[in-house]
Amino acid sequence: MAKAAESSGDPGTTSPRPLMRDLKAVGKKFMHVLYPRKSNTLLRDWDLWGPLILCVTLALMLQRSSVDSEKDGGPQFAEVFVIVWFGAVTITLNSKLLGGNISFFQSLCVLGYCILPLTVAMLVCRLVLLAEPGPINFMVRLFVVIVMFAWSIVASTAFLADSQPPNRKALAIYPVFLFYFVISWMILTFTPQ
Amino acid sequence: MATPAAPAGGARSGAGPEWGGFEENIQGGGSAVIDMENMDDTSGSSFEDMGELHQRLREEEVDAEAAVAEEEDGEFLGMKGFKGQLSRQVADQMWQAGKRQASRAFSLYANIDILRPYFDVEPAQVRSRLLESMIPIKMVNFPQKIAGELYGPLMLVFTLVAILLHGMKTSDTIIREGTLMGTAIGTCFGYWLGVSSFIYFLAYLCNAQITMLQMLALLGPHESSSSLSDFPLGRSVSQGYGLFGHCIVLFITYNIHLHALFFLFWLLVGGLSTLRMVAVLVSRTVGPTQRLLLCGTLAALHMVFLLYLHFAYHKVVEGILDTLEGPNIPPMQRVPRDIPAVLPAARLSATVLNATAKAVAVTLQSH
Repeated sequence: MAKAAESSGDPGTTSPRPLMRDLKAVGKKFMHVLYPRKSNTLLRDWDLWGPLILCVTLALMLQRSSVDSEKDGGPQFAEVFVIVWFGAVTITLNSKLLGGNISFFQSLCVLGYCILPLTVAMLVCRLVLLAEPGPINFMVRLFVVIVMFAWSIVASTAFLADSQPPNRKALAIYPVFLFYFVISWMILTFTPQ
Repeated sequence: MATPAAPAGGARSGAGPEWGGFEENIQGGGSAVIDMENMDDTSGSSFEDMGELHQRLREEEVDAEAAVAEEEDGEFLGMKGFKGQLSRQVADQMWQAGKRQASRAFSLYANIDILRPYFDVEPAQVRSRLLESMIPIKMVNFPQKIAGELYGPLMLVFTLVAILLHGMKTSDTIIREGTLMGTAIGTCFGYWLGVSSFIYFLAYLCNAQITMLQMLALLGPHESSSSLSDFPLGRSVSQGYGLFGHCIVLFITYNIHLHALFFLFWLLVGGLSTLRMVAVLVSRTVGPTQRLLLCGTLAALHMVFLLYLHFAYHKVVEGILDTLEGPNIPPMQRVPRDIPAVLPAARLSATVLNATAKAVAVTLQSH
């Protein structure tokens, strides 16, 4: 990201290790998502690296094995990608049209970072699926996914709600709810064949 | 553009595009252009800052170069490096022109302010419109006002997509050419936009007083107030709030798999919302034939869509879906195989049924 500035010989940047700096920024934002407080960090210094990493991780983990490749193997990765990014774009457009004063990329950044709890849920589900299948298995996964789903919504609400006019917060939050519901549903119903 | 006079003209207009670009941005500052190039953004990302700084420096370079090129114009015959400078100048001018055009086109098409009036709603309004969409109205004598908003219909279509996904996953629908998500979105949006356009076309034929935007919103929510209203921009599909009934029915019946229950809800809830839409349309059409045509078509499509959503994405006929699933059948399912000679009578009838279903499925597949 800041490599372009470095190569142009610009005196604007003084950071010697831009990669480490960016990684630290991404990590800091992850922490902010995990412990959501009303802060402006995600909004002020937005970046799209975190959402990209999370999206790719999620899409990779949602791949089925290619044994029954005639069914679902191919479009799975693209499906997750498209859902995440078009969902985020739609929610952003919606919140802007409702009169919010948040910028396009800030909103994408927040929505992308708040997928982190669901990615963690996906990891846990994968681990749980290594055990023997059964109703207990399903209940555990259901519980984890519901908790992480609620966490995602709380986190994104903490960041997004302030940018909306106060009487329309519910209208802006509802599509966020649908978005994370669809992702949670994909995670919950994932079974590696 | 490759004439010696070009640098002179380019230099003069070299300052123009730069300042013109600024002007465009400042004028568009009040509107909600998708602000990928928005300079008064509150973001402090270093990347953006450095990018802009870099851009400005480069533009100043181009300016300086253009001034230098103009000075050296007279030494055309003697300067060996002039050709290099000329080509660079030309390239820069083309870049400037292309950038200008792209940003103009971008600000034209990415200006979402066009849609802003249609999202001007309050939660209470949305709630009341949702409820009202199930109540058929009695006043069909003068045209009913249809609220031209797109938030409700859009959210209902997305909710329907989510419910469809839920239904498809729980019934293990296998989609071969495509994805579950793609199918769900395609179906719902296709219905909303397609049926609305079709009904709008019919309405145009029948001289009904309804715009596309209203039609889009009617298939969604519609509120009845007794004032005439006309919406200048397009016709909204008022099919959006009509989908509220669909959402309710599908949500309930995907979870409780009783067919009697589904048919009851289909008639009741689907019927109510259809009656509502029909009443609104009737109030806006004159002439019995036209009313019949328009409202009959809308009612038929609306109810049939609900039937389709339920049965196409839900396991109804176990036999057919079993055969389509192929080798993935759980061991307890009945699988059509060759009828062996020794077979209990009860299983024989079942197997015959499945074999017939398989034959039907095969013929369907071969189409």
